[in-house]
Amino acid sequence: MATIYDRGAPGRRAASTPSPKRGADELMALIPEDARRDKLPHLPQVSQPELVRHYTALSRLNYGVDSGFYPLGSCTMKYNPKLNEDLARLPGFAGLHPGLSAERSQGALRALWELGEMLKRIAGMPAITLQPAAGAHGELTGMLLLKKYFQERGEYPARHKVLLPDSAHGTNPASAAMVGFKVVSLPSTSRGTVDLEALNKALDNEVAGIMLTVPNTLGIFEDEIAEITRLVHTAGGLTYFDGANLNSFLGRALPGEMGADIFHFNLHKTFSTPHGGGGPGAGPLAVSDTLAPYLPLPDVVLEGEEYRLSWDRSQSIGRVHPYHGNFLVSLRALAYILLLGDEGLKEVSAGAVLAANYLRAKLEKVFQLPYAGLCKHEFVLSGQGLGDVRTVDIAKRLMDYGFHPPTVYFPLIVKEALMVEPTETEPLEILDAFVEAMIRIADEAREQPDTVKQAPHTTPVRRLNEAQAARQPVLRLP
Amino acid sequence: MAPKDRKYTQDHEWALQEGNTIRVGLTDHAQKQLGDIVFVELPEPGSKVSKGDQLATVESVKAVGEVLAPVSGEVTEVNDALEGDPALMNKSPFEDGWVAAIQADDPSELEDLMDAADYEKLIEEG
Amino acid sequence: MGEYIPHTPEDIRHMLEAIGVSDIQDLFTDITEELRHEGPTTGLPSRDEAWVRNYVQRMADSSTGTELVPFLGGGLYDHYSPSVVGHILSRGELFTAYTPYQAELSQGTLTWMFEFQTMICELTGMDVANSSMYDGATALAEAVLCAHRATKGTTVLVPRALSPWVRAVVDTYCWGAGIKVKEVPYGEDGRMQVDDIPEGTCGLIAAQPNYFGCIEDLRGLKEQLGKALFIVSVNPVALAVLEAPGKFGADIVVGEGQPLGIPFGFGGPLLGLFAAREEHLRRMPGRVSGRTVDAEGNEGYVMALQTREQHIRREKATSNICTNSALCALAATVYLAAQGPEGLRDVALASMERAHELAKRLEDLPGYSLAFGGPYFNEFILRCPDAEGTARKLEQAGIAVLPPSALEPTGVEGAIGVALTERRTDEELDLFVSVLEGGN
Repeated sequence: MATIYDRGAPGRRAASTPSPKRGADELMALIPEDARRDKLPHLPQVSQPELVRHYTALSRLNYGVDSGFYPLGSCTMKYNPKLNEDLARLPGFAGLHPGLSAERSQGALRALWELGEMLKRIAGMPAITLQPAAGAHGELTGMLLLKKYFQERGEYPARHKVLLPDSAHGTNPASAAMVGFKVVSLPSTSRGTVDLEALNKALDNEVAGIMLTVPNTLGIFEDEIAEITRLVHTAGGLTYFDGANLNSFLGRALPGEMGADIFHFNLHKTFSTPHGGGGPGAGPLAVSDTLAPYLPLPDVVLEGEEYRLSWDRSQSIGRVHPYHGNFLVSLRALAYILLLGDEGLKEVSAGAVLAANYLRAKLEKVFQLPYAGLCKHEFVLSGQGLGDVRTVDIAKRLMDYGFHPPTVYFPLIVKEALMVEPTETEPLEILDAFVEAMIRIADEAREQPDTVKQAPHTTPVRRLNEAQAARQPVLRLP
Repeated sequence: MAPKDRKYTQDHEWALQEGNTIRVGLTDHAQKQLGDIVFVELPEPGSKVSKGDQLATVESVKAVGEVLAPVSGEVTEVNDALEGDPALMNKSPFEDGWVAAIQADDPSELEDLMDAADYEKLIEEG
Repeated sequence: MGEYIPHTPEDIRHMLEAIGVSDIQDLFTDITEELRHEGPTTGLPSRDEAWVRNYVQRMADSSTGTELVPFLGGGLYDHYSPSVVGHILSRGELFTAYTPYQAELSQGTLTWMFEFQTMICELTGMDVANSSMYDGATALAEAVLCAHRATKGTTVLVPRALSPWVRAVVDTYCWGAGIKVKEVPYGEDGRMQVDDIPEGTCGLIAAQPNYFGCIEDLRGLKEQLGKALFIVSVNPVALAVLEAPGKFGADIVVGEGQPLGIPFGFGGPLLGLFAAREEHLRRMPGRVSGRTVDAEGNEGYVMALQTREQHIRREKATSNICTNSALCALAATVYLAAQGPEGLRDVALASMERAHELAKRLEDLPGYSLAFGGPYFNEFILRCPDAEGTARKLEQAGIAVLPPSALEPTGVEGAIGVALTERRTDEELDLFVSVLEGGN
């Protein structure tokens, strides 16, 4: 694949920049000799048409939600409304420096305040911070709150363990470890839910809390969730809910009522903001009254008709973001909530769960479904039982049928996992076409396995050698 | 087939006794589970390990495995060849793909380990 | 909502039938009755697109800060972002894609990531770079965690002349990880004064340029550190004219990438830069694109070294980071490619020239002086007879600066911060000077 460095010619430029008035040498003399760069950085030299064509060509090698069906489990790859992109580019927001006074930032502060209010209601929890820049950043913030809470009560480091179901996202243990918590894994039951007996056994006065994904990463709603949170609270611990899967119960149940002390949102999942090829996202964190005193600062408050920043929280953990989090992502989420309203939010969860169960009902006839029964917004198949065709092969073959593959090999408790999350934004015809492709791949696996094992055949590149990339890493041009 | 000249652990390490020195590696079964091995982090020669400590980490593209010390002692030798060619652990798990050698404090610790027949039984039972 | 959810009543009936239930409610029976939420949630009605646009547009209009000319920096700078940057970012194939785990459908993303890594290495003089962190502050905090793991040291040396916004984030992360933060003072020239390196130091941070705009002398610092890591936090635009920190032995270079074509956005999303020497590669957080070949021997890219990351190594990962700031990194890639080496140098030199021009004129005014004597890039600290009053007068005249309150945490009293970029016109400079002269 040609890079931008392969284009252009020396001396070309794609941007017009006002030249300095004085010569370069004269200006460079303002910099002490030892700190002066002696040679220009090696950057591409291209004209604007070449630049546009290169990145247009790259975009055509890519697959996004705008390209087609993207049933990537646990990622909620729903359609990203175009309106939100326009709003995020309004000069009154995009051009606003965060160091300006509150008086000069009223519109932006209002947007933050309104989104905070809406998210608190959706979580059913009394306090929120919009600082976390991603889901994992929200988790880290939550773990910092946990440490602070127990430290203030004189129970840290005695309480230094965090319980995690074995089906948890990898970010959960990594976030807990960043704050020095010891991770204790809890086994799942044969139904894929938290094993209450194991939980009871693990709960002691060293446990700071539990991190749960609701519904869990198998797409199963923990029907004993209230009992789980009660047990943890009784043992003196706190409960963290990973909100990656909120799309499945939006407007139909409130984490606060389930007993959550901490709940993180993924605005780039549930609230339709684009994933950008990996980010940015946003991971606002709602908390119970117990933890509100420790939230990051500053807080946006409304006094009369004026929005201002409040620093009135002496026990705060401090900042986790230099400003107000990913504001332009927050803004997109606010626009989405405003457009949908309560009725729309419920239609989102209805549509997401309906589509997932539809696919589950169709696909469980062809593929193994290790944890059977009703699912929420996603479900996990196993690619086992197709001879020596593996899940990775199914995933690659799906590309030839024009689909992005589901999440593969996660959660870890399912062998050869294929985690399918259709979201609410796909037409029935697309869901049917996906089912059709999966059935054909299963047939191919029996009749012409090499076609599947050598897939993809129609993508810009064939199957890539990841082992070579790891053995001799080439991470930049020389 | 697991060579009969050595002992095996539950965690799929092999341990070959050469006097007081115990040579350690991962079994063929373990390398197959990991897939293409792409990186090995070796211990420092001269470092002390206790039985069950992490001796080395072994990475494939999408998994990380540990090699645990089957005995306590001092690391006397490491297989530097793995740094340039980690795939040796795939190609020759029992010979060229060895990981490290430990001067055992108490070679009798090896007696707790499985012999080849028991190890193969373990694998078969999955 | 029909515009986003395409299920017709007929579709819904068909799907329910295939599932074997009669009503959507039947799909939610696993949520026990006492947890089922029936009433309003947000209390909002559904709206149409035009209504939402008007509503949000009015909010934007009430943020009057954008009417001020930004002589306001403090870590984020008002450089011009060419139109081409925004247009490329608007390609749906790029901005609606997920993390490129499925490489064969993500060659666009993986290729620009590889380009970005190359450019950041070129600017910083480092061997390897990741494809982004959330922002410069968390990138710096993660660099400290990295140094802590690499050296086992539990104290980090942080310059007092570091942005208080960045410092606050570093403090929080360090508290969480049990790392002590020790301040390195600055001298009369505004530059850091490193005396001794205490036992148990995991790293020394330098900001280049620092919060006061001063250009630090990075020589000889690495040599004092022993096994502690040398971490440099940079403004990438300044690196067009300042020597790459790699030349001074930096172990890790981080920075805020916002100056590279990314709007202020009220402080987010921003772009965290993270680059390191080869020996720290496996300790580096974040995603990395690597070049390889496909089954037919054609060149292509994949996510490399994923075993460092949380989805594989879980609690032993180098960081918990998953979602990053990819789209902003794409903006920076296109910006750097658009400017090229000479364009970026011109941006840097023009910004520095304007800053020095204004500083010179302000210094001639009675009562005003530069707070520090050291060399500076595009930003300086101006001591004023009445700093609050000066900031207020400037604002009334349509100019925003870094207010005294933003300097006090670093121990600077009675001063304002002034930053310039290539966008500041002669007329704007004249206006600035005239306000302080007492005219206007």
